[in-house]
Parts: sequence; structure tokens; C-alpha cells
Amino acid sequence: MKLYEKTAGDLSRLLQNKEVSAVEVVSDFLDRIEAVEPYLKAFITHTPALALETAREVDQRRVMGETLHPLAGVPVAVKDNICTENIRTTCASKILENYIPPYSATVITALQKAGMPILGKTNMDEFAMGSSTENSAFFVTHNPWDTSRVPGGSSGGSAVAVSAGMAPLALGSDTGGSVRQPASFCGVIGLRPTYGRVSRYGLIAFASSLDQIGPFALTAEDCAMLMSVISGHDPLDSTSISEDVPAYFDEFDYKPEGLRVGIIKENVSDHFDPEIKAAVLSLVAKLEEDGAVVEEVSLPLTDYGLGAYYLIAPSEASSNLGRYDGVRYGYNAGGDDIENMFSNTRGAGFGAEVKRRIMIGTYALSAGYYDAYYLKAMQVRTMIRRDYEKAFKRHDLLVGATSPTTAFKIGEKTDDPLQMYLSDICNITDALAGLPSLSIPSGIHSEGVPMGMQLTASPFREKLLLQVADYLEKRGLSLGRRPDLDFPEGGFC
Amino acid sequence: MAIDFYAEVDYVARLARLNLDPGEKEKMAGQLSGILDTAEKIQELDTEGIEPTSHVIDLPALLRDDVIKPSLPLNRVLQNAPRRQKDFFRVPSITGSDQPD
Repeated sequence: MKLYEKTAGDLSRLLQNKEVSAVEVVSDFLDRIEAVEPYLKAFITHTPALALETAREVDQRRVMGETLHPLAGVPVAVKDNICTENIRTTCASKILENYIPPYSATVITALQKAGMPILGKTNMDEFAMGSSTENSAFFVTHNPWDTSRVPGGSSGGSAVAVSAGMAPLALGSDTGGSVRQPASFCGVIGLRPTYGRVSRYGLIAFASSLDQIGPFALTAEDCAMLMSVISGHDPLDSTSISEDVPAYFDEFDYKPEGLRVGIIKENVSDHFDPEIKAAVLSLVAKLEEDGAVVEEVSLPLTDYGLGAYYLIAPSEASSNLGRYDGVRYGYNAGGDDIENMFSNTRGAGFGAEVKRRIMIGTYALSAGYYDAYYLKAMQVRTMIRRDYEKAFKRHDLLVGATSPTTAFKIGEKTDDPLQMYLSDICNITDALAGLPSLSIPSGIHSEGVPMGMQLTASPFREKLLLQVADYLEKRGLSLGRRPDLDFPEGGFC
Repeated sequence: MAIDFYAEVDYVARLARLNLDPGEKEKMAGQLSGILDTAEKIQELDTEGIEPTSHVIDLPALLRDDVIKPSLPLNRVLQNAPRRQKDFFRVPSITGSDQPD
């Protein structure tokens, strides 16, 4: 078995037992990237020299007998909206095409402290706005299970990197499904942590009340390991939470005896792909066989979630993206006075979806509309939170599909923004409520591509989500299955 | 509230400092009307007396000590400036009386 085929947990054990060196591990992933990246296009920026430098340091420290972090030497890919000092960070936007951050995000500092080599910065929908990674200003990323399909989005590049064995672990960000939906489309695990669990310092802001950085992994153990690196309070992010970080992977002999599971009726709707629905129900049946108490539950406000989300997220985006004016950083289109310079720069620097959201948000916040749109949506958000609070009095875990469909074809939804938005319909309400939510692969569809199941818990219960995922893995669900990739030399992209 | 975004697109683009060409405006007006019609669905809900949520997780406001910490060095702050003059970001005239740069 090649090193790139191994899980992060296995690599960690091999490294700790000195059976392999970090340089060998990183080199194997770099070779794998070279072989498959031309067909998949998951990365905007590759950082092989930096990854090898980190690996060499880790190896030296291990030789000196230092006690290292379990993930020291295990490489990781990072979404290109997370700032990396001295490494270009573009947000997949023309407006930041040449942006070199003068500082690193807190999660990057944490990865470096753990000794995790960074392999590169991954492709995404511009400013994380989208569900297919087709909104990247640079190029389209292909789904490794079927290269004619999208990888999902907005963290499509990170999902592909893990799915195709180009990285054992990756970081993405989830505002309204941007980790979970691509995880389900690519057959990997993706976790949206509780809002505030992971520092947002250095994550380029889209919608600040919703944005959370989250891990992609092959197994529950791997996901737990990466979560323990990135979780915790950060004085640089005033919305980060001081709640203690549990040991996410110390009790993986979990049994679902007495676990109260609610199947969200709206997230196994009859309008969804029937195979996706059947896969969710069959996994829930496994939990029930081993003692879980399963009931159907309705979250009637799900229908209103999309409306509230598409007012709140664009409103916050229109404000956050006000900073791109061609003055301090980024693209500058020039102009004969300052207002023209702002408008020219923003008009030429942003892509179509980003402009749409800025327009919706500006409209919703403009004089005379604020109460009817933004304020109303924030009130609906309170109602959605209460819906969940009620559900969590009766249930420990809420489950359903991650997305109504499997990965769709490249180009299929690019002309219809509303159809694209509906791809995240199952991911929006729990994001609005700030809840931790995990997507796990639920099986392979008859079309040969992965399907996903979503598990949501009350705030700070990430560990429960990971324990249940680990349990299902041990019951024979192959969470870490990767597609067979057999590309000829060269590449078509 | 029926929304006709065609009437609003110029005004909103100006507020957003977003230069859109006529083709973009036409396409966007149609798409935004559709998106806002969907968002309108929330008007069906009675939200009388409900507190708006601005932060989802209830937490006490954390105060930090009022101590000055070092900032980034000037050159690092200016390293991404598209136009720079000495230690300043350079911009076109704000008052309209200067020549454009």
C-alpha cells in the first residue's frame, strides 16, 4: 500500500514508530499530486518546498528525541480563503489574485505548531460563494469519482484533495454547507464545528455570523485528530468560545445504546433522490439494531431557512466585501476620481455570483428595507434556533441527507442561481442555528458516485458526531473509500 | 411585497460601488427578482415580539486587558498596496480638484 492511500491515523502511527519519515510521507503525496492534479485541478497554489521544509524539521526533531504532536509530519491541504503568511491567498478571486498575507490565520499557526506540512492552497467558489467550485475565477475543479461532475462547493478543492489521495487531511470553511456538501459529493467526511469552536482569525470573511472553518478527512479518527489541532479559544477572534476542548478521539469504543436519533422529515424528502434517502434510512437502521431509539422529527421552518439565509449571508457579505476597494490590497482598475476607482475596481475584480450577493445584501440593508428583510430574517433565525432547541430536548442526534442529489454535471446549474442554492437546502438551517454538523459517506449511488448523510447535534457535541461516525465505520461502512483513479500521462485540463 | 428589481438595479449598484455593464444589469435584475421572491417567503411568518439573533451561541462578552500590543511593521502593511507613495496608500483625488494619477 502506498503512503498516500493511508489514513492520517495510520500515517501518524508509522511516523511515531519511525517506520517512515515525514519527508517520505510528504514526497509520496507530492508524487500523487503530480500524477492526478492535471485531471482534477484541486489546487490554486502548490507549496511543495514549504511542505518538505516542515517535514525535514519534524524528522530532525524526532531524531533528537523530542515528543511531537501525533500529527507531526502528516500533511494537509488548506482552502484558499485561509490566510497563510507569505503564501498567496486568493479566495479564488481576481480581486485578490496577487494577495500575499502579512500574517497567518490562527488555524495555520496551529497546524504549523503541530508540525503539519502544508501541501498547498485549494480551489473554491470565489469568496466561498457557491456550491460547485465553478465560481472560481481561475478554473473548474473536477470530481475524482466522475470528472464530468462538480466536486461540490464552496470547499471543492479541499474535498477533492482528500478524496483523490492528494492529501490525507484538509481544511475548508462552511458558511451554509460549504464543507458538508462537497464532502458528500466526493465521498469523504466533512465537519462544520459549532460556531465559535474554531477561530475565524485570518479566515477571509464572507458572512461573519455563519462562517466556520472545518476539517475534511477519510475517517472519524482522522477528523477528530485534526479537530483537536484547530479547536479552542483564540483571543484574536472575539466570537471564539472559551469552552474546554474535549479529547475528540479517546473513546472510540462507542455503542449507540439509548442514543436518541431523530430523522429530519424535511431532509429525507420524497423530492430527494430515492437512493440517497434509502441510504440514510439503512444507516439509521444499523444504529437502531444496536439500541438507538429512532423517531421521525419535523423541522417545519426548514422551508424558510433558505429565504432567511439568502438575506442574512448576502447582507453580511455586502458589508464584509466593502473592504475591496483597490486601496490597501488587491486589484485596482484605476479611475479619474476615487468613487470611479472603487466602482471600476469592484466591477472588474468580482465575479458574477459575488456581485449578485453584494447586490442582494446592499438592497436588503438599504434605507426602507432593513426591517422587512435583514431584521425579519434575524427573527426567523431565532425561530429556527428554537425549533432545534425543542428537537434536542427529545433527541441527541438529528439525521438526514447531506444534499438532495449526488454531484451534478459541470455546467448544469451555472445559469440558474436558485437551483444552485437548493443544493445546500439541508445544510442551511443548522448553520443558521450555529450547530455542529457532520457529513459522512452513506454509500455509492447506482450512478457510481458517493452519497452523503448528515448528522447534527446540539452545540459543542462534535465528539458525539465523530463517535457515531466511527461506530458506523466499525459496522462496515467504508467511510474512507476513495475512487480508483487511472489517468493516462498528461492531463486534459 | 412584489419586487421589481429592474427599477432598483442602478440605485443599488451605485450604493454598492459596483460598476455593472448594461448586459450584466439586465441579467442581474431578472436573477435578483427571482432570488428575492424566494426570500419573500419569510414574510409569511409572524415574528411579532421575537428577538433577532445576531450571535447564535450565548456567551458572556469577554474583555481583554487594555494593553497596547505590537502591530505589523509598516512595510508589511503596505506590501500589498496597489499604489503606494512613501509610507502612504495612494488614491485618486477625493475632492475632485487634483489631476488623476
